[in-house]
Amino acid sequence: MLGYTARRLAGLVPVFLGITLVSFFVIHLAPGKPTDIQTSLNPKVSYEARLRLEKLYGLDKPVYVQYFHWLKTVSTFDFGRSYVDNRPVSRKIAERIPVTILINSLALILILAIGIPLGVLSAVKRNSLWDRFTTVFVFVGFSTPEFWLALLLMSLFGISLGWLPISGIKSLDFEYFGFFEKIFDIAKHLVLPVAISALGGLAGISRYMRSSMIEVIQQDFIRTARAKGLSEPVVIYKHALKNAILPVITLVGLSVPALIGGSVIFESIFAIPGMGRLFYESVMSRDYPTIMGVLSIGAILTLIGNLLADIAYSYADPRISMADKKEV
Amino acid sequence: MNIKIPLILLAVSFFCSTEALPAEDPDASYGDAIVVSSIADARTLVPILSSDASSSDICGMVFNGLVKYDKDINLIGDLAESWEILDDGTVIVFHIRRGVKWHDGAPFTSKDVEFTYRKLTDPNVRTPYSGDFDRILKLETPDEFTVKVTYKEPFVPGLSSWGMWIMPEHILRDQDLNNTAFSRNPVGTGPYKFKSWRTGEKIELVSNHDYFEGRPYIDRYIYRVIPDDATIFLELQTLGVDLATLSPLQYTRQTENNFFKKHYKKFKYPSFGFTYMAYNLSDPKFSDVRVRQAMNYAVNKQEIVDTIFFGLGRVTTGPYMMDSWAYNSDVRPAPYDLTRAKALLADAGWVDADMDGWLEKGADEFEFTLIVNQGNAERQRTAEMIQRYLKYAGIRMKIRVLEWSALINEFIDKKRFEAVLMGWFLARDPDNYDIWHSSKTRAGEFNFIGYNNPDVDRLLGEGRRTFDQPRREKIYHRIHEIIYEDQPYMFLYSGETLPIVSKRFKNVEASPIGIGYNFIKWYVPKPEQRYR
Repeated sequence: MLGYTARRLAGLVPVFLGITLVSFFVIHLAPGKPTDIQTSLNPKVSYEARLRLEKLYGLDKPVYVQYFHWLKTVSTFDFGRSYVDNRPVSRKIAERIPVTILINSLALILILAIGIPLGVLSAVKRNSLWDRFTTVFVFVGFSTPEFWLALLLMSLFGISLGWLPISGIKSLDFEYFGFFEKIFDIAKHLVLPVAISALGGLAGISRYMRSSMIEVIQQDFIRTARAKGLSEPVVIYKHALKNAILPVITLVGLSVPALIGGSVIFESIFAIPGMGRLFYESVMSRDYPTIMGVLSIGAILTLIGNLLADIAYSYADPRISMADKKEV
Repeated sequence: MNIKIPLILLAVSFFCSTEALPAEDPDASYGDAIVVSSIADARTLVPILSSDASSSDICGMVFNGLVKYDKDINLIGDLAESWEILDDGTVIVFHIRRGVKWHDGAPFTSKDVEFTYRKLTDPNVRTPYSGDFDRILKLETPDEFTVKVTYKEPFVPGLSSWGMWIMPEHILRDQDLNNTAFSRNPVGTGPYKFKSWRTGEKIELVSNHDYFEGRPYIDRYIYRVIPDDATIFLELQTLGVDLATLSPLQYTRQTENNFFKKHYKKFKYPSFGFTYMAYNLSDPKFSDVRVRQAMNYAVNKQEIVDTIFFGLGRVTTGPYMMDSWAYNSDVRPAPYDLTRAKALLADAGWVDADMDGWLEKGADEFEFTLIVNQGNAERQRTAEMIQRYLKYAGIRMKIRVLEWSALINEFIDKKRFEAVLMGWFLARDPDNYDIWHSSKTRAGEFNFIGYNNPDVDRLLGEGRRTFDQPRREKIYHRIHEIIYEDQPYMFLYSGETLPIVSKRFKNVEASPIGIGYNFIKWYVPKPEQRYR
């Protein structure tokens, strides 16, 4: 078991290097340089000043040299400094990640809390009016453009009703608030972003839940349970749900790396400083160290996610690690 | 471009005022905060490194230069009380204001100016502004309040380049400017002191009670980052934002209702840029001046302004700020005249021989591609209108929209374009040697169209050496004339800046330089104050 884990872990290193190598070269293929924003078509910037800047950023060296330089700093667990504001990339990411994870995990909880019951009910009352209504509802939610809905709801709750703040994550006077006021303030700001990002995800979970539930309900052990004289709620929520929820758990497991990914449109509309905007802004300004930092963290999380899943499988099914050993 | 490439002088001038103000208002009172919205966050607050609009906005509040522009765009003293120009313009002596203190209490002296100059010309500092300062032969500080700058040759724009914000030597002496905590915790001499910065959210400044022009009335300046225009507009409707810039559509239509009339006041003043269509002059189609003049007659610019900007803009004829002394208003815009355009094109050999509606010269059809940057809807619409006008004249124009970096690096710098629609954002000084001089055509330089007129070359050189204002005016008027005749660009329009400000702020007024020039005199009467 330990040996298997160690071997898998070692196997991740070349994969990670491969990912970074490809990303590094691809982002350098995009036309433009980090110094463009400072210099291009700005008549106050002389030709000499521009060349000097490119030299100071090390952009006059060949790409592979820049890559090895990047690799050298990363090997000391340092993603280097941003070309935009010269702050450590790790600090920039650390600043943005909490709010993104907070919104994404709240949205995920909301999706599960609503999507699972919706799916179960649809399965139980298959082809009823309710089933059709929820189907239409979740698909409308799925296909509604987020930014459009966001603006409409902001206008309704923020302006017409005046119940919720429109944008941002904290009020302007946040520093002067007491502890509970602060919590309440953040909660108020989170209502719309979380609700809107959850709406799009409802369709997936509730559909999975519905089909998996329909499959389970038709199985023999459910008939047995009913034949035993168990009440319908016990049959559905105890016996059927437990079995039907397994594929959904896998689905949730796979979406864990997505927790650190943010949507730039969404974050821009709500003026939330999250990962989506950080990544977009760094791409637009060709801030290579920050782009690489965000990509590397995404790669690491995905790789670790896969590894954990594999380890969990091998734990559940010892044949997996054994088979692996025989091959070696 | 006018969005992406801000010039430092814009921000310098945002904060300016020494001219005598009207007698103090009786209900002028201290307190309250102003919430200013911005599309983007600042990048760095080291003044000589900052090149984006947001960083410049903040630096403009925290720092001062030696000189600045007053509300009518005349150069006046800021940290310098006065200056003298000696030795035919090679020497400028600045006399520095006494008693100015840095936000930490240390006195401001000529040493700080010298320090800033050293850093601007230090090859290891990542400043984009070294160009103007590399022309300095030596800078001396005979005493604490005198700075003597000697240029290699007379250089008129050198004077306005001293609008560059001055940095504190006593704090930064031993620091690496590329990598200093100062970039997120600046100390200046300006009307506001830095308080806090939450990345991507807001920057907060507080008023400097010891400011040399007097304590600003508004206590807090909050710079909120809201990346989406639609959100900013919604925030205006909840009174969550006090100052924003409107689009022409918002200005003319969406804010014409009782709510906005009750809570906000709108302003407008000419923007400092202009939009143009530039031809690649080495392209055989465009090397004939008659073709370029014909195209100028064929495009109805006033209609573009009326349609796309709801009339909020003016047709321009030259590369200078429309209300400045350098702009030659005797150059009249060519009328929209399709007949004349066709006649000129026929003179140049372009006729519709096969009667298919498109012009030909021998076997070649008149067809070209106009490139335009992505993300600027107004510019793209302008391109579409030009496409239609040129079609009437028998010229087939295609439009290609490109991402900014790709446009610059792959097409402009490599001169792989036929025509491009862009804008220049202008500095207050009219010297635009770098845009028109025939020597400035290397990759990445600004005469990317390959314009070459020996008269203009000579006049440009003279213009930057001549301190005598009336003579200088003549030079730029002449350049303006020649360039309009040559039509290397089709000059299109210059827009308006359209700020909207909450009505509770008093003393706000638009002037040629904008609305911010007297910001320290803005105030909110006590009963209307909203923030602590």
